[in-house]
Amino acid sequence: MKKIIAIFIVSCILFSCSEDNDDNLIAPLPQAAITFNFTHNWDGTTINNNNLQTETVINAHGEVMSMTRLRYLISRFELTNENGQTYRFNGYKFTDLSDETTYNFSPENNNIPIGTYTLKFIWGFNETDNIDGAYTDLNSASWNWPAMLGGGYHFMQFDGMYNVNTTAMPYNFHNGTARVSMDVFEQNFAEIVLETPITIINNASIEVKMNIAEFFKNPNTWDLNVLDTPLMPNYDAQKMMQENVLTVFSIGNITQ
Amino acid sequence: MYKSITYILILSCVFLTACSDENTNEYVIKPTAQPLDIPPLFNQLIINPIIPIDNPQTVEGIALGKKLFFDPILSVNNTQACASCHSPRNAFSDTSQFSDGVNGNFGTRNAMPIFNLAWNYDEKFFWDGSVFSLEHQALEPVENPIEMNNTWETVISRLQQHPEYPNLFTNAFGEGIITKEKATKAIAQFERTLISANSKFDKYLLGEVTLTPEETNGLNVFMDETRGDCFHCHGSPNNPLWTDNKFHNNGLDATITDLGLGAVTGDPADNGKFKSPSLRNLAYTAPFMHDGRFQTLEDVINHYSEGLQNSPTIDPLMKKVAQGGVQLSAQDKADLIAFLHTLSDPSFVNNPAFQN
Repeated sequence: MKKIIAIFIVSCILFSCSEDNDDNLIAPLPQAAITFNFTHNWDGTTINNNNLQTETVINAHGEVMSMTRLRYLISRFELTNENGQTYRFNGYKFTDLSDETTYNFSPENNNIPIGTYTLKFIWGFNETDNIDGAYTDLNSASWNWPAMLGGGYHFMQFDGMYNVNTTAMPYNFHNGTARVSMDVFEQNFAEIVLETPITIINNASIEVKMNIAEFFKNPNTWDLNVLDTPLMPNYDAQKMMQENVLTVFSIGNITQ
Repeated sequence: MYKSITYILILSCVFLTACSDENTNEYVIKPTAQPLDIPPLFNQLIINPIIPIDNPQTVEGIALGKKLFFDPILSVNNTQACASCHSPRNAFSDTSQFSDGVNGNFGTRNAMPIFNLAWNYDEKFFWDGSVFSLEHQALEPVENPIEMNNTWETVISRLQQHPEYPNLFTNAFGEGIITKEKATKAIAQFERTLISANSKFDKYLLGEVTLTPEETNGLNVFMDETRGDCFHCHGSPNNPLWTDNKFHNNGLDATITDLGLGAVTGDPADNGKFKSPSLRNLAYTAPFMHDGRFQTLEDVINHYSEGLQNSPTIDPLMKKVAQGGVQLSAQDKADLIAFLHTLSDPSFVNNPAFQN
């Protein structure tokens, strides 16, 4: 009996030492380390921690606006090559425009073969990830979405004043899970697909540009005089934000 | 045979370990590590506290810090300790609007309570965020002319000549002269132990108690963007600090006279901004606001409900400023206060480890 056990254990050890299926691949493609660098603009005017609170901008509906605070969450970064192979990066990116150290995203598993890719990510968290209270860093940043609105986390918090050239009024452009009715909620994340090809030949930093003006422009021209605050419990406003975010992001420079 | 080997191994371990410890103790005084006792809720919900790598928590450092915190030796005329304005029974705050300094002078800000400071992730201290790190914060009141009005040179000299302090410093930080850096490191270690996480609401989150209908409605007012909308700045059941530790202009004045954060950064966009205080222990920390202008929680709620004043830097989260505030009903106000009281923690203000 003892011998049988010994043979079994030795066999297990031997098998565990056998080659993996991919060990014999001939000349694997060189790997490149990928990072993402998010930049922000309002129709071409750079917005960053230096001018966030001082820049005034005009939205598509014509209101003159100032900005106080802009934070947002994106997750599930994926690069897909021309053969349809997808490389998914762990983690999520929480950006606070007042803190430039949050502009970059360096996933832990950031190595991919060189090649040509397109980028996809999730605006906010999808249903699987949007678990109430599950992320200690986001809880610490007071990023939670109230349980009465479905819980989980904000996708965006954008605060400021509009009509600053006449009578300034606050807006709180906050996006997250949509409440259909009492205790009935609808997921509100968006899949951002950027078709611009990204050719990776070396370690690379991919610039992703956010045009903040697009939140107010396309396809819904946003009228802050009607929809300023509170917007979190407003189902229609939440779904309009979900539609408008689709054109907010684009691919910028690839530095490698 | 097996027994013999086992005995030899055990004996070897005992003798070797014992000898090495003895040698260490003979030549180096090493303080005993005492990591913070992180409450289960904090551990579950928020990221780890900030402990500077050059000031780990130790039994001897904490004890020294506590002694310094309660010792009037820090003040110019030996009349005031840190605890004089940061009373343990008031969650380490002052019941006076402005604290009375050694020379009878008063400041312009209300003494802040002291608890859960290791979780102030940005490490900006004071109402205006003017000092980075708890160690640096403790340097300031000693030399402030309207507080202790002393010099660190004098303090160090007194401590050096004291019958007990030199040994206590050596035990906490090893051999060497007493310095103000060591003194404030010790005070900061003690302050980091001042953890409050045992309120009724903490127990509710742990499933140990239930809330009354009034408290439950108060929580809903707190979390409802169409009513109180308190949670954007003051935490939530998922952020048990009950503050964002950020700076906001919450509409106290139409004309800003105390610039707050703006005086620190030099940026006019920061004028009138002050740190959001934690809502824990409100039962003990009146008066309220950076200048202690409100005596009661009712005053505070009425401010947000009807009393907002517009100014160029008002936070947009004061969304109903044009109407004077969020216009809460009398019932919602009362329930909100009932909820806020569930965040107070009697075991914190009565903890003998935090008393002199």
